[in-house]
Amino acid sequence: MTDVKSYLREWAMPHVLCPGCAHGIVLRSFLVAVDDLQLDQNKVALVAGIGCSSRLVGYADFCTLHGTHGRAPAFATGLKLARPELSVVVVTGDGDGLAIGGNHLIHAARRNIDITVILLNNSIYGMTGGQVAPTTPPGAFASTAPGGNTEASFDACKLLIGAGASFVARVLAATPIEMTKLMADGMSHRGFSFIEVISDCPEYFGRYNKAGGGAAMLTGLTLRDEGVAVPLASKRFVNHVPSSAPPPGITTGVLHREDRPVFVGVRKAVDDES
Amino acid sequence: MNRTELIQGNEACALAAVAAGCRFFGGYPITPSTGIAEQMVRLLPDAGGVFVQMEDEIASMAAVIGASLAGSKAMTATSGPGFSLMQEHIGYAVMAEVPCVIVNVMRGGPSTGRPTAPSQGDVMQARWGTHGDHPAVVLAPSSVGEVYELTVRAFNLAERFRTPVIVLYDEIIGHTRESVVLPGSVDVVDRIKPDVEPEQFWPKAPAANGVPPMPAFGDGYRFHVTGLTHDQRGFPTEDSALTGALMTRLNNKVDDHVDEIVQVERFMLDDADVAIFAYGIVGRSAREAVQRARTMGIKAGMIRPLTLWPFPDVQVAAVAEQVDAMIVAEMNLGQLIGEVQRASGGRTEIVGHLRADGEPITPSQLLTELTDRNEAAR
Repeated sequence: MTDVKSYLREWAMPHVLCPGCAHGIVLRSFLVAVDDLQLDQNKVALVAGIGCSSRLVGYADFCTLHGTHGRAPAFATGLKLARPELSVVVVTGDGDGLAIGGNHLIHAARRNIDITVILLNNSIYGMTGGQVAPTTPPGAFASTAPGGNTEASFDACKLLIGAGASFVARVLAATPIEMTKLMADGMSHRGFSFIEVISDCPEYFGRYNKAGGGAAMLTGLTLRDEGVAVPLASKRFVNHVPSSAPPPGITTGVLHREDRPVFVGVRKAVDDES
Repeated sequence: MNRTELIQGNEACALAAVAAGCRFFGGYPITPSTGIAEQMVRLLPDAGGVFVQMEDEIASMAAVIGASLAGSKAMTATSGPGFSLMQEHIGYAVMAEVPCVIVNVMRGGPSTGRPTAPSQGDVMQARWGTHGDHPAVVLAPSSVGEVYELTVRAFNLAERFRTPVIVLYDEIIGHTRESVVLPGSVDVVDRIKPDVEPEQFWPKAPAANGVPPMPAFGDGYRFHVTGLTHDQRGFPTEDSALTGALMTRLNNKVDDHVDEIVQVERFMLDDADVAIFAYGIVGRSAREAVQRARTMGIKAGMIRPLTLWPFPDVQVAAVAEQVDAMIVAEMNLGQLIGEVQRASGGRTEIVGHLRADGEPITPSQLLTELTDRNEAAR
């Protein structure tokens, strides 16, 4: 088992995450991927927005930028363009990346800038206390949806494929080995890579929706058929889903991959490395 | 070698930025600032820099901060509505101490207002646009040549104090062509890099001048940058003593160096008994009005701040001590006049000549102000 302590700022602990939150599993899986790829620790930059997921970067011993709500892909764009030798990874959440920051995410994907975005989707706003998110399943309860969510939700991967991301994958926080592999694949991909991690929020989503604690929520993310997972949340609220909504079930693995020109900004042409 | 060129203010801004070492521009099209972006995209590649047109002004400012953390001198340019959108990230740059330059070519507001009309309506927004207590450094050129000088100065101040610096001029200066002598080289200030080993490096431990040394991402120093209130390790804290210390240091970086930052032009003030306070394009009209008034025997003068923020309290107070009246002329409904009143402390009569109809304040209008006062005094 890979020892990831050399990639952690232990002096910054204890962390802010709640008991049962799977975000720590995601961080570990990422650090193992960095170790597997043998990246130069001094040349890795993590860029985050605001929210529970975004706080992860503070505990990781790289150059870490904890920016503003939703804007991490824009910070990362400036960082990567100004210093292309950096491996730039954005760590964001579903509210951060898909609500307030949706515009930046789709434009970074459209440009195909060579960064990786890891989006931790826990279906709710955790840091602010359990408000409804653009990923909250229809019918699910949140502090700002006391009668159940009346909005349709985003499929982040479909959105990113549509926006032009050249690598799109989805994985469950319950499957860390697959998560590490997909993160390594994403970071190795030349161009914009997007990895959605289905995580949990026992403190708010779980409590409001009687979905159980962390362990129950993660085991609820059980694999069904080949690469398709059914999160507990979707199972519970399937009866509330309008007929136009997509069927419950989450496809995992690499959903899209293509080679296309990588955006490097408007700059003097350099000899192509290939 | 110096060369003379007939160029617009926006072109001068771009040329100065590159001369000052700017190697990154992120921006979004908006009238009347767009000419700066159109120049930067042409100038930066040959200078070894990079240009990106972002998806909006929020992203532009974020990209500028990212580039600056990666070690590049970075700039964006915008106008009115875009400036409003940048405010959150200007505050971020203050808090995280990220040097960068923001040019705001002012147009008529509020809201979409009059995109092609001049205004000085963003003077207070430049000071207080972002939330929370924070320092502000804002420079106001009044000619194409001064756009060049003050844009260079903006980069140097940003690097020296690790803080965002705003260059504020208006549509007239942005689009006017003037003959400008471009210097062959300019004095350039670069941010101080740390001289300790990475293991000993604390990213927010200040040097003697209150400014922490700043490595770039990728230099071998691994550190955290956040907009949250933080300690000297750069890590979030909720400790009130550390919060107070950070707030004091951020503001004192500027407050303790007001003498170094503030520039004021005094024109024909030595024997004046009436003064015009004007800045930016209005300074041009004020100068002409003062010269004409002098031919009529009126002892008029002008005080023109090139630095709007920090406000030149001492210089304004000195003029207030001397003159019978100070006419504050600005293309807004009264923004800096309140500061002039505060700095003057009741020592002289303050008269506003204010205009926010999209038209410039003319020399004739200011001359009339001077002659009317002169006749009333007789």
